[in-house]
Amino acid sequence: MPAPIRLRELIRTIRTARTQAEEREMIQKECAAIRSSFREEDNTYRCRNVAKLLYMHMLGYPAHFGQLECLKLIASQKFTDKRIGYLGAMLLLDERQDVHLLMTNCIKNDLNHSTQYVQGLSLCTLGCMGSSEMCRDLAGEVEKLLKTSNSYLRKKAALCAVHVIRKVPELMEMFLPATKNLLSEKNHGEILHTSVVLLTEMCERSPDMLSHFRKLVPQLVRILKNLIMSGYSPEHDVSGISDPFLQVRILRLLRILGKGDDDSSEAMNDILAQVATNTETSKNVGNAILYETVLTIMDIKSESGLRVLAINILGRFLLNNDKNIRYVALTSLLKTVQTDHNAVQRHRSTIVDCLKDLDVSIKRRAMELSFALVNGNNIRGMMKELLYFLDSCDPDFKADCASGIFLAAEKYAPSKRWHIDTVMRVLTTAGSYVRDDSVPNLIQLITNSVEMHAYTVQRLYKALLDDISQQPLVQVASWCIGEYGDLLVSGQCEEEEPIQVDALEDEVLDVLEGLLVSNLSTPVTRAYSLTAIMKLSTRFSSVNRIKKVVSIYGSSIDVELQQRAVEYNANDLLDLLGGNDVVPVIQTTVPTKPASAGGELLDLLGDLSLTGIPPMTAYNKNGLKIEFTFERSNPSPNIAVITIHATNSTEADMTEFVFQAAVPKTFQLQLLSPSSNVVPALNQGSVTQVIRVLNPQKQQLRMRIKLTYTHKGSPVQDLAEVNNFPPQSWQ
Amino acid sequence: MIKAILIFNNHGKPRLIRFYQYFAEDMQQQIIRETFHLVSKRDDNVCNFLEGGSLIGGSDYKLIYRHYATLYFVFCVDSSESELGILDLIQLICFVFGQVFVETLDKCFENVCELDLIFHMDKVHYILQEVVMGGMVLETNMNEIVAQVELQNRMEKSEGGLSGAPARAVSAVKNMNLPEIPRNINIGDINIKVPSLSPF
Repeated sequence: MPAPIRLRELIRTIRTARTQAEEREMIQKECAAIRSSFREEDNTYRCRNVAKLLYMHMLGYPAHFGQLECLKLIASQKFTDKRIGYLGAMLLLDERQDVHLLMTNCIKNDLNHSTQYVQGLSLCTLGCMGSSEMCRDLAGEVEKLLKTSNSYLRKKAALCAVHVIRKVPELMEMFLPATKNLLSEKNHGEILHTSVVLLTEMCERSPDMLSHFRKLVPQLVRILKNLIMSGYSPEHDVSGISDPFLQVRILRLLRILGKGDDDSSEAMNDILAQVATNTETSKNVGNAILYETVLTIMDIKSESGLRVLAINILGRFLLNNDKNIRYVALTSLLKTVQTDHNAVQRHRSTIVDCLKDLDVSIKRRAMELSFALVNGNNIRGMMKELLYFLDSCDPDFKADCASGIFLAAEKYAPSKRWHIDTVMRVLTTAGSYVRDDSVPNLIQLITNSVEMHAYTVQRLYKALLDDISQQPLVQVASWCIGEYGDLLVSGQCEEEEPIQVDALEDEVLDVLEGLLVSNLSTPVTRAYSLTAIMKLSTRFSSVNRIKKVVSIYGSSIDVELQQRAVEYNANDLLDLLGGNDVVPVIQTTVPTKPASAGGELLDLLGDLSLTGIPPMTAYNKNGLKIEFTFERSNPSPNIAVITIHATNSTEADMTEFVFQAAVPKTFQLQLLSPSSNVVPALNQGSVTQVIRVLNPQKQQLRMRIKLTYTHKGSPVQDLAEVNNFPPQSWQ
Repeated sequence: MIKAILIFNNHGKPRLIRFYQYFAEDMQQQIIRETFHLVSKRDDNVCNFLEGGSLIGGSDYKLIYRHYATLYFVFCVDSSESELGILDLIQLICFVFGQVFVETLDKCFENVCELDLIFHMDKVHYILQEVVMGGMVLETNMNEIVAQVELQNRMEKSEGGLSGAPARAVSAVKNMNLPEIPRNINIGDINIKVPSLSPF
């Protein structure tokens, strides 16, 4: 059999494939060759085959048949074999496969190998994918290597120990003695780095370890100092900064040790201030260190001067050309804005400038931060910027921004007029992105701003004339016109500069009717406009026109509208409206109590307290009497719960008693099981049954009942209409 | 902790994939695809941090990436890693690749060729292993890393290993004279040169 092709050959071949199918074919062919080679137990080419397998695995093809081969390679004496074998184990195996346990012995031997690179391989593999059992077995070897003088092995042992601790936390104690000298002076950068990582892991996992290692703070401070002050150390320098990665690690450990501890925090105050002021910021590495320093300062119990310094550094970061720096600065400021609000306020204008950044993530953070910084003093200026942002930002932002603006306006509005203007501006610029729940809130706001009604309705009407596509705007405007149409038409305004709106009744009705027929209007919007038209019948004189519109919609395809129109008609409300001040029923999504101009409030919405609805007799014939008692179901006020009580005054029982009920189409009925089928004679007992009626339209309740029973041997059946429901039961 | 290191090209073809947390094979491929999708639609003037996709984890995970000519280097990390620090690390790793794969000392140290990564997949893993172990940073001294890699390559070569590094690695070790390697190596944005070969 010819020698298996080399890895590079395979790669070259596969790259010539022009389609996915062609590639798959080549791979399959090679896999077959590899499989037969494995079967032949060929030691010479095994490493080559496994290397190819790993390549194919990276491309997404299955390679599990190579797992055992990796183990064989690991057991080989050759370094070449071990190298690819261990890599294969790390890429193809994990503790979920039983076969991984077979590695344990090999690893154990290799941890004690005479060649440091073999020891390194085994440490690496154990530290990457060692299972809990393996870690338990081999922890002792790792601990030994942690104390060796060979720095190459010591650093690997340190990270391996981290993995062991993560897998088997109870073993942490065992590494404690080895940590004694981890930070000693004679250790150079390489070991220090992984030592700090190990210490960090132990401190994060165990409060005891954390207290134990607090005594290391002076040592850590000293090391950091040396790094900052030290002369040029060629091997570790990056852009003239000594071992920046180590500095960052130490700062992180200091953060963990200093958090919540006064003494430790104090011990590190000076060095933190020093790093903060002395670090070169022209390159990214300097900024990484500064950033870590800032985070540490904010987390420990630092003195206020230091905290202000930290925030100022973040403020400077915001002006940095590097977008990454701006991003991390904004993220950190967002975290600290609650605790150090005043310090962050000083950078408000820079933050607001970031709203104009090109980067989406930066813009978002700047927006969140801006909202966090809005207060009574800066509301006018901030709102200008935020409204401008709302105009120009991506659609993804608009909903959040609009909500944020509403909230801020609610909290800090300097005047009602300003508030209404701001709301108007949001509705007109981002009206389609405003959340649905804003509409009732805005209606509430407008209702409460009594002195602004005329101004508001005039502005909204004007906006409608320009654009009817933004539904929330249209809905709020419709509602307002319905409420304050008289103010609109009269043209009077409380404000000094009245808006030039010449609105005649017919024009207003034209606009509202236009909404009803427009393709742009959603069903909800249509409902709002129809309701508004209805309400205007109390305020306008063109009642006939209104009646006509409503009757058209009595046969509308839109069920919602149809119901409304029919309901209004059925209640003869139009007739009533001529004389009485009855406010028509409005959809329950509007939670307010609307004030009708010159009318009496009739609160048909919301919960009515309904204790004490009088019971009624629904049926009384041939000795069978059926009484209805009522309760209102909580939490839904649209459901009436009726309990029927059937009694029998004759001398004979009524058996096989069945009560049935039917209601008009707009209602829904649910009949629960009766207490029994026998109504005992001479009123000696009753049959009870519960009826639940859903009455979302709050229409007058009507019911048709059917009774069947057997009395003195003969079947009896009767039908009856029940119309005398007390109003409280259905209103 | 670094959860994964993904290097793929502008078309999403993987060049080096290393997971430090267990994921099933098909999951791995899905993560690669999703990451590519997220990262490839980023503009060049936005920041290099992304909230991670849904697959690789929840809110604790971030993607930190660098785009050099035809290669994306993506690190998926959790909150214990410093974002700016990882950016530095990516640069360091690219630099190391450049140093190890250099053919002659005439070539500029900063060039990493995608072809090198393609044809030396195993070597690339070995190099990475000297920098990151178990998802944690092991060594950041560039010379140290390069030296360790070269010495191990030499061991392979001396065994007459079939997948041993070609002669250039040996000559690179012979020619390497530590004090002469420039100190002030600018690890600002690395310039990646792609040879004019037929498109891959």
